[in-house]
Amino acid sequence: MQFDFNQTYFTLFGMQQGFAIDTRELDQRYRDLQALWHPDRFASSDDTARRLSLQASTFVNEAWQTLKSPLARARYLLRLNGIDTQEDTNTAMPMDFLMQQMEWREAIAEAKSSRHLDELERLGAELREEIAALEQLLGGQLDVSQWDAASTSVRKLRFLEKLDQEIGDAIEAVMF
Amino acid sequence: MALLQISEPGMSAAPHQHRLAVGIDLGTTNSLVATVKSGSAVCLPDAEGRMLLPSVVHYGRDGLLVGHAAQARQNEDPANTIVSVKRFMGRGVHDIGELATPYRFVDEPGMLKLVTRAGVKSPVEVSADILATLKARAEASLGGELVGAVVTVPAYFDDAQRQATKDAAKLAGLNVLRLLNEPTAAAIAYGLDNGAEGTYVVYDLGGGTFDVSILELSRGVFEVRATSGDAQLGGDDFDHRLYCWVLEQAGLRGPNAHDQRLLLTRAREAKEALTDHDSTRITAVLSDGQVIDQELSAHDFQQLTAHLVQKTLLPVKKALRDAKLTAADIKGVVLVGGATRMPHVRRAVAELFGQQPLTNLDPDKVVALGAAMQANVLAGNKGDDDWLLLDVIPLSLGLETMGGLVEKVIPRNSTIPTARAQEFTTFKDGQTAMAIHVLQGERELVSDCRSLARFELRGIPAMVAGAARIRVTFQVDADGLLSVSAREQSTGIEASIAVKPSYGLSDEEVARMLQESMQHAQDDMQQRKLGEARVEAESLLNALDVALASDGELIAAEEQARIRTSMAELRALCAADNADAIRLAAEALNQASSDFAARRMDAAVRRGLAGHNIAEL
Repeated sequence: MQFDFNQTYFTLFGMQQGFAIDTRELDQRYRDLQALWHPDRFASSDDTARRLSLQASTFVNEAWQTLKSPLARARYLLRLNGIDTQEDTNTAMPMDFLMQQMEWREAIAEAKSSRHLDELERLGAELREEIAALEQLLGGQLDVSQWDAASTSVRKLRFLEKLDQEIGDAIEAVMF
Repeated sequence: MALLQISEPGMSAAPHQHRLAVGIDLGTTNSLVATVKSGSAVCLPDAEGRMLLPSVVHYGRDGLLVGHAAQARQNEDPANTIVSVKRFMGRGVHDIGELATPYRFVDEPGMLKLVTRAGVKSPVEVSADILATLKARAEASLGGELVGAVVTVPAYFDDAQRQATKDAAKLAGLNVLRLLNEPTAAAIAYGLDNGAEGTYVVYDLGGGTFDVSILELSRGVFEVRATSGDAQLGGDDFDHRLYCWVLEQAGLRGPNAHDQRLLLTRAREAKEALTDHDSTRITAVLSDGQVIDQELSAHDFQQLTAHLVQKTLLPVKKALRDAKLTAADIKGVVLVGGATRMPHVRRAVAELFGQQPLTNLDPDKVVALGAAMQANVLAGNKGDDDWLLLDVIPLSLGLETMGGLVEKVIPRNSTIPTARAQEFTTFKDGQTAMAIHVLQGERELVSDCRSLARFELRGIPAMVAGAARIRVTFQVDADGLLSVSAREQSTGIEASIAVKPSYGLSDEEVARMLQESMQHAQDDMQQRKLGEARVEAESLLNALDVALASDGELIAAEEQARIRTSMAELRALCAADNADAIRLAAEALNQASSDFAARRMDAAVRRGLAGHNIAEL
């Protein structure tokens, strides 16, 4: 019984390293791997095997969650190529992007304070379209190794996902 | 010539040997134990054929009672009869709120305790008494020792409640193969029985907890997509609302513990009656003689408790949102828990999903049956079909940061097992220690989340502010239990500590409690031996006192003195606690007085011949 904790997530899932992945295949391989390594398979084994299974199963879950999310997958690809996305340090964003962010925020705050559920749902749908477009752009940049441009897209995408989270929280606050 | 059978490496040498394993549904109101027998899951009955064990423990003058016998004492001795103890698991006094209970609580850090005749008991110990009863039932029924058990917990239980449940099982002497979420257990039983495929919702309204899980079932995989709930909402609350209504109607205020218990029981009976009837009467005679007699219609009951049904729909909507699904995506809704028998609960669920919920499995038993199936697999009794459970953590885990805010480290609905690491640094020059506060919950403020553990990481090498790098790792295992470790890694020096949540008991504590309870059993035996020896010694002393007073002249003065010395010795020993010493001294006294006894016998025979009755001796 052996598990390679140093392999890349792409190797683990037997997939070619790249932004474009078949999520259906990813999910299927994920289940196959958990069927092998999940702690339930080792409930009657000794301590060493149980510990290994816990770590391997945890690794598989982490790998799956990373590859499943386009943002996490892009960040991971950049890291594999030695690129730091500088999400905490590099806050310099294009002016028009920042302006757009302010507009989004105002719209969300207004819909939330007037408890306008439909408006929040509409903003959410609009945002998801924008996220999808940005993800597509990011995929293209990664495919041709434009690391700097891809890093900027990752930072933008992070902003958008935060907005998505805020819309979700606002909807919950209005609903519940 | 017979071929020698050699098993595969890693396989049991005797693959046909069935390993005894059970699933236990430790419920708020009732508990059950089930096992897999010749391929199918069955609940195990007690000697009287009853499946449900009321989750009631009575600490009486005559010892411990669990289940029906304990329930029978509920009205006469409510303070020493613990019901719905599950509500107290991993909870402090401030969590209990206004729930009417007849108990005296002790607010201990971490978890409250209950004052009973048998001493101060933690909810863990009370639950262990219930689990031990089920364990004994299973071992008697299966005729052997259990290899292990799967114990179910509400999916929405937080870490403290899970840890408390696991501790209770260990204390009851069970080997816990897995803590399994109740809706997931129900999904196993339902899914395997019906060959279900697609997205299902399990709506589980128990006695004291509400859970909702959304699961994707496909080819032997049970994948939980999202879970939500309310760990302090259940059938009990419907009883309680009805009880408050009775008080209002009768103009009663602050009834005593006995009346409180009586009216709560009547309220529960009325609720159950209204499942099949349009109206019912609530009648009771209170301790001061006042008679309660109220008519209640099903319609009024549903009005009274409509807000509670509504309260269950919020977590359902939340779970749907988290799973990024709508009601239209749901193929079926499985109802679990006795409280889902209430017609207005069923109606509300049917309305939300636009379909009739599935109730073809007994909502009381389905969780125990699913747990038994999982226990069977975990114990290594692999059948032809095999399945995989992928469950999630119900509540986000985080750390306290500056300003009393919580930084989420593992978001809710992450598939377990999972781990996440976060780096921190020092903010003062030369800082060598750092306080780490682990929290669970969705809110932003520390004060709104549940505090799971606080610990200090010491021995950080003194450096300028911001130079140390402390990596804190959260690991959540397949039981949904958290362990946290921290290490400083900017230098070769490592300081690392693993903590268990402060609500849980450490393994050492469990070992100590186990030892104490065995010690108690020994103490009890000693105590009984001592009691018996004292009673015997005292009857001997009394008989000799009487004999010496009436027939002392039959023996010489020095023999009388010798007997009296021996008696004094025995009296002194009776005051001490050594049963064996008492027995030896009593034996010696018997010997010393044997001659006297013989003479008395002679005298008695002579008196008897003189027409006296032998009974006068």
